[in-house]
Amino acid sequence: MTANLSAIFYLISGILFILALRGLSSPETSRQGNFFGILGMIIAITVTFLSIGNFSSVFIYVLIFLLIGGLIGSFIAYKIPMTAMPELVAGFHSLVGLAAVFVAIAAFLNPEAFRLGSPGNIKLSSLIEMSIGAAIGAITFSGSIVAFLKLRGIMSGSPITFKGQHYINLLLGITIIVLTFYLCNTQTEVFFWRLIAISFLLGLLLIIPIGGADMPVVISMLNSYSGWAAAGIGFTLENSALIITGALVGSSGAILSYIMCKGMNRSFFNVILGGFGATDQTLSSQRKEQKPVKSGNAEDAAFLMKNASSVIIVPGYGMAVAQAQHALREMVDTLKKNDIKVSYAIHPVAGRMPGHMNVLLAEANVPYDEVFELEEINNDFANADVAFVIGANDVTNPIAKTDPQSPIYGMPVLDVEKCKSVLFVKRSLSPGYAGVDNELFYRDNTLMLFADAKKMTEEIIKNLN
Amino acid sequence: MEIDPFIFRLSIFILSIFIGYYVVWSVTPSLHTPLMSVTNAISSVIIVGAIIAGLSGDSQNIFNTSSIFGFLAISLAAINIFGGFLVTQRMLRMYKKKKKDK
Repeated sequence: MTANLSAIFYLISGILFILALRGLSSPETSRQGNFFGILGMIIAITVTFLSIGNFSSVFIYVLIFLLIGGLIGSFIAYKIPMTAMPELVAGFHSLVGLAAVFVAIAAFLNPEAFRLGSPGNIKLSSLIEMSIGAAIGAITFSGSIVAFLKLRGIMSGSPITFKGQHYINLLLGITIIVLTFYLCNTQTEVFFWRLIAISFLLGLLLIIPIGGADMPVVISMLNSYSGWAAAGIGFTLENSALIITGALVGSSGAILSYIMCKGMNRSFFNVILGGFGATDQTLSSQRKEQKPVKSGNAEDAAFLMKNASSVIIVPGYGMAVAQAQHALREMVDTLKKNDIKVSYAIHPVAGRMPGHMNVLLAEANVPYDEVFELEEINNDFANADVAFVIGANDVTNPIAKTDPQSPIYGMPVLDVEKCKSVLFVKRSLSPGYAGVDNELFYRDNTLMLFADAKKMTEEIIKNLN
Repeated sequence: MEIDPFIFRLSIFILSIFIGYYVVWSVTPSLHTPLMSVTNAISSVIIVGAIIAGLSGDSQNIFNTSSIFGFLAISLAAINIFGGFLVTQRMLRMYKKKKKDK
């Protein structure tokens, strides 16, 4: 296959990838979009085989390694529970990063195969591009590993901070640039290895100061990095499919990070610098004196909802932890049988990654047209009878609208307090991730249901029948 | 003076960022998780680089340092490609519309 022809096919596969993302604009077209993505990938891989045209015994080995990876990937995809999606995505990001590093190393050691010159005499532009690809890839890899460990709970979600952290990161960043410069000037292997090692370290240090509650931003950010790494390698390989994809993924991750930051009212720069959640302990220890709280049981909750004409459900990460989504759907089904209008309200940063709650509800067979985003539903709370808050906290806190001193001031929140009554399923009165006391707990129209989300929901179902 | 081919690639890159910007903003928020898993899968098109490295050897010399890195990268990328597309498929299949008869 000639180079021109294969370039055209790579372009086609790039276009198919664009269509894959485009399909996600609505659930109806999304499955077709995914199919386009698969097609694009098949084209890219086939074209690569044909353009190299090496079908000797080496080819068999390539297929074997492809198959090993494919089997592992398929196995994971079928086994993974939906609650574990954030970890899975973080894990996948790390693999993209590591693959980028490996490809850069392979290209550096054997530039002839990539038509980049000969060892010790690699084209300057290629050398810069592969350094960028390798550095971002390495940062993505180690950063995603930290994110994975934090999400999995193997590593504590609390931020790890120390003095001069940002200066060290800055220093490492400068070192990477200096090493790239030396590498280009001398073409010496040792600089390349140092460059990769320092990038690994930087990725690690960039993510450890970021707290568990900021994980949605971190995952999106690493998503973006993995795209830029792919684009860097794409420039090295002069491959338009890779360049297009890298740019798509890079901007996708950046936009998601922006949306997440806005959902928490934090500047992007602030999150990257890290250190959030460090205030958790100090703030929670300042908690005010005990205020009276109305608490109820499943019977009260069932009574309230049975007499309502419309109910809005506000799910949060606590629902996912308790695996309460299926019980919740059952409860809603019972309510609907009693002619009660039920809808779901989802805050942009509910869960541990963008759109996490939507997937969990979809898994529990909740139709997606009953699920609404914050802007779509926020005005409806005033007309609803009951807000059923399950596993969410900070995203309902009215203090974000009233108290400029509060760390969450300015964060968009769901106006649950405007409902006639608010039911709060929670295990205790403890503050949420932001470490802020929720004044909603102490309001007259709030009924606290202290229990595990799943058990409470099941109890309510019993009382509804 | 001739234009360096790099400039053309840069043009593709910049234009793709713009395409990405508009396409991603049109993604419905409820599909943001599948968006992440599918971007994972497509960014693993980096496998083309891994294949080039893996195929660089010949029958006498299948494993050299460069091709070993290539083989490893093939496996890593393949995990992502299969895992990413399949898990996206699995998620998208769960998104259902309200049934009329209910």
